[in-house]
Amino acid sequence: MAVCIAVIAKENYPLYIRSVPTQGELKFHYTVHTSLDVVEEKISGVGKALADQRELYLGLLYPTEDYKVYGYMTNSKVKFVIVVDSSNTSLRDNEIRSMFRKLHNSFTDVMCNPFYNPGDPIQSKAFDSIVSTMMVQAF
Amino acid sequence: MDQGSAAGTGGTFISLSDTEQRCYSGLYALCQPDSSGKLAAGKVAELFRASQLPAETLHQVTEVCGAKRLGYFGCGQFYVALKLMAAAQAGLPVRLESVAGELPLPLFIGITNELEMRYPNHPSTNESQPHILGSLTGSAPRPPADRPVLRHPDTSTDKQEAWSPPRSPGISPPRSPSAYRSYPYGAQRNGTDTLLAYDGKVAGCPSVPQENSSPSHYSLKLQPEQPVITRVASVERLVERAEMDYSDDPWRITEEQHEYYTNQFRSLQPDLSALIMGTVAKNFFTKSKLPIPELSHIWELSDVDKDGALTFPEFCTAFHLIVARKNGYTLPETLPATLRPGFVEPGVVPAPPSEATEPLIVFDDNMMPGANQLEMGSVDLQMTSRPGVTSKQDTRDESRKPEFSPKRIPDPHEKPIQHVSTLKPDSPQELDANMKSRTRPRSYSSTSIDDAMKKVEEPPTPPPRPQKTHSRASSLDLNKLFQQSAQGAKSGWLPRPPALPPRPPATQIFSFLPGSEKSSQKAVQQANFADFSKFREEQESSVRGGLSTEDLAPPKLDSTLRHQGHAPQKPVRRKLHPESQSATPPSAAPYSAATLTKSTQRPPPKQKREIQMAIRKNRETNAVLTRLNSELQQQLKVVHRERVTLESQLELLRPVAST
Repeated sequence: MAVCIAVIAKENYPLYIRSVPTQGELKFHYTVHTSLDVVEEKISGVGKALADQRELYLGLLYPTEDYKVYGYMTNSKVKFVIVVDSSNTSLRDNEIRSMFRKLHNSFTDVMCNPFYNPGDPIQSKAFDSIVSTMMVQAF
Repeated sequence: MDQGSAAGTGGTFISLSDTEQRCYSGLYALCQPDSSGKLAAGKVAELFRASQLPAETLHQVTEVCGAKRLGYFGCGQFYVALKLMAAAQAGLPVRLESVAGELPLPLFIGITNELEMRYPNHPSTNESQPHILGSLTGSAPRPPADRPVLRHPDTSTDKQEAWSPPRSPGISPPRSPSAYRSYPYGAQRNGTDTLLAYDGKVAGCPSVPQENSSPSHYSLKLQPEQPVITRVASVERLVERAEMDYSDDPWRITEEQHEYYTNQFRSLQPDLSALIMGTVAKNFFTKSKLPIPELSHIWELSDVDKDGALTFPEFCTAFHLIVARKNGYTLPETLPATLRPGFVEPGVVPAPPSEATEPLIVFDDNMMPGANQLEMGSVDLQMTSRPGVTSKQDTRDESRKPEFSPKRIPDPHEKPIQHVSTLKPDSPQELDANMKSRTRPRSYSSTSIDDAMKKVEEPPTPPPRPQKTHSRASSLDLNKLFQQSAQGAKSGWLPRPPALPPRPPATQIFSFLPGSEKSSQKAVQQANFADFSKFREEQESSVRGGLSTEDLAPPKLDSTLRHQGHAPQKPVRRKLHPESQSATPPSAAPYSAATLTKSTQRPPPKQKREIQMAIRKNRETNAVLTRLNSELQQQLKVVHRERVTLESQLELLRPVAST
């Protein structure tokens, strides 16, 4: 279960960021921001493959002692970042992938809504609910 | 007795059985009796027509029952008429004597169907009948309701039949005292008096008896909303009709609403089975002046298959939600069952009506704190309850009921959490199953870039497709157009490269005019702008006539030159030019030859004729060219649009490394 989930637009500004409020949110915002550098680094390495099999799932971006950060980038350069608690008995990679898949699906649904302007902060309740299912149930 | 005395000719006393009395009083009420008991002639006529008796029989009936003499249908006349119609339908002659015996009820197509359905059994439906009749009489003091009430029996008898049985047991107890008091059965069959008394009762205290008399067939909940409703002018009629309708669930689409939505859908998209694109729908719904976040939420609720476009049921759902929102209803978090695209009218009512109102209004209050978990629970529920899965629907309905009750309690957290926890074991599997069912168009594996690309491409491609066909169609039209203008020369032009065909005729034309001086060409070019000058010149002098004939040939030349200037740009235009030039050179060639030969002689009348012919031909070519121009402009627009979309696609698909 994630501790923080963030959606970052192509131009690297956040479209949606939500974290478990128990721990300081600022810390997560900072983590997500720094993880963008790692994302760029990963992408630039893969860039030679170009239009072919570019992995959407970027995998573990970097671990710290408290948590792990996973990344996922869509073809339109929208990045999803999930921060997971390290103390959480390690979630299998497949579970993280499925979380990203769900996020991507629900993000696509938000995009499909003609009343949503790309680049606006995501205010969709459906998207919120999907994210809530993935967050740690601390409420 | 009124009936007997008003029976007219023989003064015979007509006895009516209980069923007949009930039926007749129902029909009587249906025909809009006014204060003195006279019936509206239109309604009576409609009823008589519904009996499907021949016209002369109806005339006879009218005559015999005494209405003709009196000039109107009172209660007595009406009853006699009904009895006579029953006799006629049974095959007996239309006489007063024939009505003395026992007869079956007269059949009125469309109206009696519903009434007889409402009178299935004599004893057992005592409860349902008063409220049904009460609803009918309740309709009398409310004129606008009559038409929908009558229409609904005609159009949706099945629905009402399905609806009325479940409603009546739950509703009759509070009403029955008043009903029974005012509507005694059997004993005092003073039909008129009781009916009038009931009407009076209804008219006297409109609010309470109306509610009591029309519980299931008119929505109680919408009555407190009436002040809100009247504010909105555009959907006022619609909502009144919704109020009149038999559903007490505001999330149910009524017949008129459905028709209205169908018309609106057709105005956007003529084919009912096709999709409305997202942008089209966005523009349309933005006209409703709701704030964008709400429209966004409505879209999310109604676009069930998440394809960015609306099918017809989705469109109805969205429209209905907008209508509801405009009337002050807060939007639900999840799609109500009745608005789901696969919804089929069930006989089972989802929740007791009294409870249904509260959550709809309380939603707003409980939005944030407990809503997340409720949402989660209800989203799971929503996902699980696919149409056709009735068992799950029942569980959802049942779980909805307890969910509603916690909302009324100030602390909403506990019970929803319980429900969520009970649903949790189901939810992962259901989510996955639902994901599979919902994510039909997308299949993401970790490396499914192609699918993702296809997904990205899916929204943009539909718009270009019809345009491509349009462009093809327009080019076909052009081809047809020039088939008409130049016959026979078409087939040879198409495969040739564009530049060649125009030039040889032009050079031929040049060769035809060896003696053309530059000055005359200049004069000609000026003259091109105002062809009328030729007329004037010609009229003035014959010397000028010679010049004018030559003027006419070079204008053709100039027009062909202009064509050549356009030739390299587009293939369609290239197709055009051979046609126009095949039209013009043959006419120009013989014409210039004719002018050359005639220039030597110069008889004025022949010149006039030639000029006129030339003008006519010029006009034709002008018309052709203007039409071509407009079509090409359209094509240009289309191509621009295509270009823009392609550029945007390119933008999206640009490789990562280039950023």
